[in-house]
Amino acid sequence: MSKNIFKNFSDPSKPLGHVDPKDLMPLPAPYDTDEARKVWKELNGSAREKFETNLDDTIGIGIPKPESKEEEQELVRKFLSGLEKLFTKENNWTFLQPLTLSMEHCAKCQTCSDACHIYEASGRNEMYRPSCRSEVLRRIYFKYLKPGGKFFSKWQHGAIELNWTTVARLAELSYRCNLCRRCAQTCPIGVDNGLIGHEIRKLFSQEMGISAKEIHEDGSALQLKVGSSTGMNDLVVKDNIDFIDEDMEDMTGIKVETPWDKADADVLLIHNAGEILAWPENPGAFAIILEAAGIKWTLSSELAAYDGINYGLWYDDAQLARVAIKHAQAAKNLGVKKIVIGECGHANKALTVIADRVLTGDLNVPRENAMTLLDDIVTSGRLKLDPSRNDFPVTLHDPCNMVRLQGVVEPQRRILRKICPQFREMYPHGVDNYCCGGGSGFAIMSRHNFTDWRFNVAGRKKMQQILDAFSDDLSPETKKYLCAPCSNCKGQFRDMLSYYDAWEKCGILYGGLVELIVNCMEDAKPGFIEWEWH
Amino acid sequence: MSPTILHLISYACVVVLILAMVIKSKKILSFPLHLRWELYPVAHEGKKASYGGSFMEEVDWWTKPRHSSMIGELKVMIPEILFLKALWESNRSHWVSSFPFHFGLYLLVFTIVLFIVGAVMAMAGVDMAAEAGFTGVLNSATGIIGVAGLILTALGSIGLLLRRLTDREYAPYTTGADIFNLVFFLAAMLAGLYVAFLTESGIAATRGYIQSLITFDLGAQAAGTPVVVMVLLFSLLTAYVPLTHMSHFFTKYFMYHHVRWDDSPNNDGKADEKIMEYLNYKVSWDAPHINSKGKKTWAEVATENPFQEKEETK
Repeated sequence: MSKNIFKNFSDPSKPLGHVDPKDLMPLPAPYDTDEARKVWKELNGSAREKFETNLDDTIGIGIPKPESKEEEQELVRKFLSGLEKLFTKENNWTFLQPLTLSMEHCAKCQTCSDACHIYEASGRNEMYRPSCRSEVLRRIYFKYLKPGGKFFSKWQHGAIELNWTTVARLAELSYRCNLCRRCAQTCPIGVDNGLIGHEIRKLFSQEMGISAKEIHEDGSALQLKVGSSTGMNDLVVKDNIDFIDEDMEDMTGIKVETPWDKADADVLLIHNAGEILAWPENPGAFAIILEAAGIKWTLSSELAAYDGINYGLWYDDAQLARVAIKHAQAAKNLGVKKIVIGECGHANKALTVIADRVLTGDLNVPRENAMTLLDDIVTSGRLKLDPSRNDFPVTLHDPCNMVRLQGVVEPQRRILRKICPQFREMYPHGVDNYCCGGGSGFAIMSRHNFTDWRFNVAGRKKMQQILDAFSDDLSPETKKYLCAPCSNCKGQFRDMLSYYDAWEKCGILYGGLVELIVNCMEDAKPGFIEWEWH
Repeated sequence: MSPTILHLISYACVVVLILAMVIKSKKILSFPLHLRWELYPVAHEGKKASYGGSFMEEVDWWTKPRHSSMIGELKVMIPEILFLKALWESNRSHWVSSFPFHFGLYLLVFTIVLFIVGAVMAMAGVDMAAEAGFTGVLNSATGIIGVAGLILTALGSIGLLLRRLTDREYAPYTTGADIFNLVFFLAAMLAGLYVAFLTESGIAATRGYIQSLITFDLGAQAAGTPVVVMVLLFSLLTAYVPLTHMSHFFTKYFMYHHVRWDDSPNNDGKADEKIMEYLNYKVSWDAPHINSKGKKTWAEVATENPFQEKEETK
């Protein structure tokens, strides 16, 4: 496959590639035996009939097969129309400069390859090489968009044939990258394959309406429709928070009443609403900490403002801007001093970094990552803490969006060093971390056989890192805590640790940072972290 | 080849180099200010840069003065430019060829500077044949540095060429132009080495040609065919490189300073005027949730909520 991958890319007669479980990067014990190897779900006949599957026998987004040659040609035409728009300032002022620079200057030195956890974990499968999808787009770009491309680009930039197979494979392939940008970090020139993957997704979404259902229809569109991608409207979310407040009092003995829509509060806290349903102890712990620290804070019940998610970050600038503006508008309406975004990596990056040049005037409300506020609260001594309550092995997963892409590295570590006597790092960590495998929307994508790919390929490197971090005692009797201060990463860990039976086999529980803080608060009843949460 | 034509080719190639660099830089700078897309570590973040931290690690960071460390940037840029540090750290086997290739070119650029100094001295009446004093040092330095540059670049070209032709990882990505580029470099270096080792007074002849370029002495004969071939190849190479992806020798500046390290926050509203201009651009994205057809502005797209509206009309 490797020698002719670009020739084969447009060949519809056979799948471009296949991931053989035997080729995958080995995992450490207890997953190092043939018996421990997981069986992948095969795509059924109706899925194969209905969707494009000939990239790698896996369905990520599920592109319906065109019904006729005419429809195929129309889709190819739309793809080219979208590609053209991607390189105009009117349609893509948001990323035109970095995209053009990355498209025109790659030296094809393949330095990026070894930085990619998906490429490594797949057993160096050529189609997952970070430069592969970029190269396909680059060849099309030079052939169809540049003057004289049809005559010279084959010699100068390499051959590519553009047909529906090429287009459909490129769409799926853009959803085989976590957009973690670890590859970009190693590029000597500054070429960013993560950005190119991001822009391919945008082209498909913004021009052709093609994206992952979980991210668009059940994600950002639902958030803009009812207020949250969880489907909760403002009444439901308030009810749920009431229940959480009650539970918190039962669990800790501390009475909390989460404030809603308090004008002129110091802090508007925006959670990923997924926490409220899936990990209620997280927003509950936030409430206990903020109240104990004497912070004047509030949640907002405005549409979309009680859910920090902004899936547009992964695939669509229009959706990104719409949600970011809703978040900022809610803060402006309340007159809060700042927005603090809870434990959610992509929400933090979307609102604090990416939307910074979308929000103008009084919409540019100051925005802060919760890690820094929590660091300030913990290290300033405003809480009475007893670290001996956290005397179990703890390691930290660095969410890419917080660390490599926002530069918030030390605050969470300062907290863990202070409150967790057995804290240990993964290697590598900080800005050199590996993605959890759920980044860029994968954590919520689970149709067909995508979860098998997500846990066996995308999450494999992280699984290796977790096992290595606890390798001094992997026995299930020793309870261990994987701290992941990101809702999306926790979604990946919940599903992946369960897939590998990591609690039963190794005693590994995952959770957020605030849970560890409340677990060691002297004013709270002991045992806030319940190991049964796995 | 007539000396006039050779001189005109050399001038034209230098003009192409300058024009290509100016036009390309102007094009890059004409692009709108993009959304922030920085990648940590950001070198100017001072002490935080050592572990990749940012100003956003501070509580209420917008109330604190921003510090941008030029020394921090230089500490990253100098080893990166001179020694290709990123390649050394992440792709050692490629560095083995790429470093001599690039470092050799730096030496050759420096050699041209030394030739220009020598030519100006000759124009001022200094006897450049003198073996003692500054002239002797300059001649020796020009020869040693120039030959080192030629050898390193030639070895680097051969190494990169072999890699492109034999390595399975590179093969699918290697095009005819990639091979041509390396052969072109190698040919120019071999021509330079021929002049340096197999002709008499190679240094003097090359300096003489550069002097004739400075004085617009179009009739000055280049000393022999090997010098003519070398001059021709180096001239064409000068014009060719900035027209290809190898223009990264200067566009890398933009990729680092305008993208990777561009972490300027807009809390002071300094970018508002530009952003407002962009928000008035007409969008033509065609997907149903945008459906602009060139009629809506970015601001209209970003502030409408087609999903909620659909719900209300039910």
